[in-house]
Amino acid sequence: MELQGKSVSQGVAIGRLSVYAKKDNVVKRERIEDTEAEIKRFAEARTKAIEQLKGLYEKALKEVGEEGAMLFESHQLMVEDLDFIEGAENIINQEKVNAEYAVARTGDTLAEIFANMEGNEYMQARAADIKDVSNRIVSVLQGNDDSGLNATEPMILLADDLAPSETVQLDKSLVLSFVTRGGSSNSHTAILARTMNIPSLITVDFPDDVDGKMGIVDGFEGKLIVDPDEALIESYKKRQEKEAEKRRMLQELKGKETVTKDGKSIHLYANIGGVKDVADVLENDAEGVGLFRSEFVYLESDDFPSEEQQFKAYRTVAEGLAGKKVIIRTLDIGADKQVDYLNLGNEENPALGYRAIRICLDQVDIFKTQLRAILRASYYGTISIMFPMIISVDEVKKIKKILAEVKEELDEASVPYKDVEIGIMVETPAAVLMSEELAQEVDFFSIGTNDLTQYTLAIDRQNAKLESINDPHHPAVLRAIQMTIENAHKGGAWCGICGELGADTTLTETFLRMGIDELSVSPSKILSVRDAVRNLDLSK
Amino acid sequence: MKEFKYTITDPEGIHARPAGLFVKAAAAVPCKVTIEKEGKEVDAKRILGVMSLGVKQGEEITLKTDGDGEDDAMETLKKFLQENL
Repeated sequence: MELQGKSVSQGVAIGRLSVYAKKDNVVKRERIEDTEAEIKRFAEARTKAIEQLKGLYEKALKEVGEEGAMLFESHQLMVEDLDFIEGAENIINQEKVNAEYAVARTGDTLAEIFANMEGNEYMQARAADIKDVSNRIVSVLQGNDDSGLNATEPMILLADDLAPSETVQLDKSLVLSFVTRGGSSNSHTAILARTMNIPSLITVDFPDDVDGKMGIVDGFEGKLIVDPDEALIESYKKRQEKEAEKRRMLQELKGKETVTKDGKSIHLYANIGGVKDVADVLENDAEGVGLFRSEFVYLESDDFPSEEQQFKAYRTVAEGLAGKKVIIRTLDIGADKQVDYLNLGNEENPALGYRAIRICLDQVDIFKTQLRAILRASYYGTISIMFPMIISVDEVKKIKKILAEVKEELDEASVPYKDVEIGIMVETPAAVLMSEELAQEVDFFSIGTNDLTQYTLAIDRQNAKLESINDPHHPAVLRAIQMTIENAHKGGAWCGICGELGADTTLTETFLRMGIDELSVSPSKILSVRDAVRNLDLSK
Repeated sequence: MKEFKYTITDPEGIHARPAGLFVKAAAAVPCKVTIEKEGKEVDAKRILGVMSLGVKQGEEITLKTDGDGEDDAMETLKKFLQENL
């Protein structure tokens, strides 16, 4: 039997399936006479629940660190929350019912409010926290102990959903994988699985009778295989070994230089799309950020993001990288990414339309706000600025003039900033053809291979029918890259690649032979590219 | 009564962790503290209330302090917002 779900943590697990039946507290509605005594029982149960949560906080602190442990501190606050307490007390007083019932109903009502917060996945996931808190108090009231899950041998754990307190009480060394019917990629279990580096699936609709059977979790394809045959188990074991070997090898490459056997070194940077990616960058040991897509500050806003808002985001990343280089690309939006407040309208050919630097040079106010935010943030790290969609020297001259004006304004206001390197994306055939002249104007080039391929081959990359001929290895694209690198060096600029092609290890040798100075790839590809570089010998 | 408008810059909005810290800070001041978003006003000393506003990045909230020590309370809480959210 093969069941499809969604993977929230990669990897392969093979083992016995264990279905966790939630210990549901059966709560009866009972009439009581002495409401005061009931309210006192409720207060005592809260005190005990808080003691339990303090214990769990300490345990989580040791196991998963402060970030994970904080959760139990917010649970404590929920136990002490007046909306919750007053809600339950009102029910006790008005309906003359037992505390168990009052707590369970209040918990349900509050959880409902969060579950109904449309469009806020994070808060929706918090409904589980509230239920968890009210269950805890009910358990205390009923005199149930806080037992959690019982496991004696390594197993793949299947459940509807797991509450944070249930997972913390678990002996983690026995869990090979988490598979849940519900859950979300933001749920506590998903986060925990990623921290533990074990595969995890959500939204798998498994029947209860799989309990005790053998199973395979394929965290790459999002599959749960029940009762696999020997041959399948064997092939997954091989996959598991390969993954483990790869991980071990990649871990060894952390902290190592990105240098070939014959001593040619390049810079290996990461591409990021927001502040939250910084952890990935550091974890994978990138030497800096080669492409920080600033679009997210525009896409996540309902109105023009303020200078302050942008400044904070850029500063956070600059500080997070602690002095390593961060290349921020200015606004790169067109009609294909609709942002209401920009009023871009629809276009026949958005890829060839009013977009990126064309908007910035037309609506200079938007551009200046961003440049000011970037320059201010430059004071807190090592920032470079990169401009997208350039087609002429004239554009670069205009940009430099605007940048000089912004600097002057900052000087007048005595706002500190550092000198920043400036560079351009080379992603249009025009920029390639003009690269010799452009190199005189800037400090660096970064080749955007996705767009360069699209524009060079005249193939719309969104068109599925053309996928078979959309070849980024096309000699025309490679020749364009070569020409760009050579002309960059002639003009005294350095040259990198930040498109997807940069992570293509079948081309790493080609790029190095062409003289590339930098590759910027997604954080998860950093170590495999470093491995490819370190295995090269260009003298041969 | 003191008022202060603030636009949340934290990419995750007012999520559980800072909400917890903020509620703790609000609970420690003597006066009444509320947060308002789009006409909905909640007691800032109650975590479920604060979280139920579901404040996201880029959204504006109004912080109000009212009563004994409202000036000091505003200073403390304003600083907390600016530094953490």
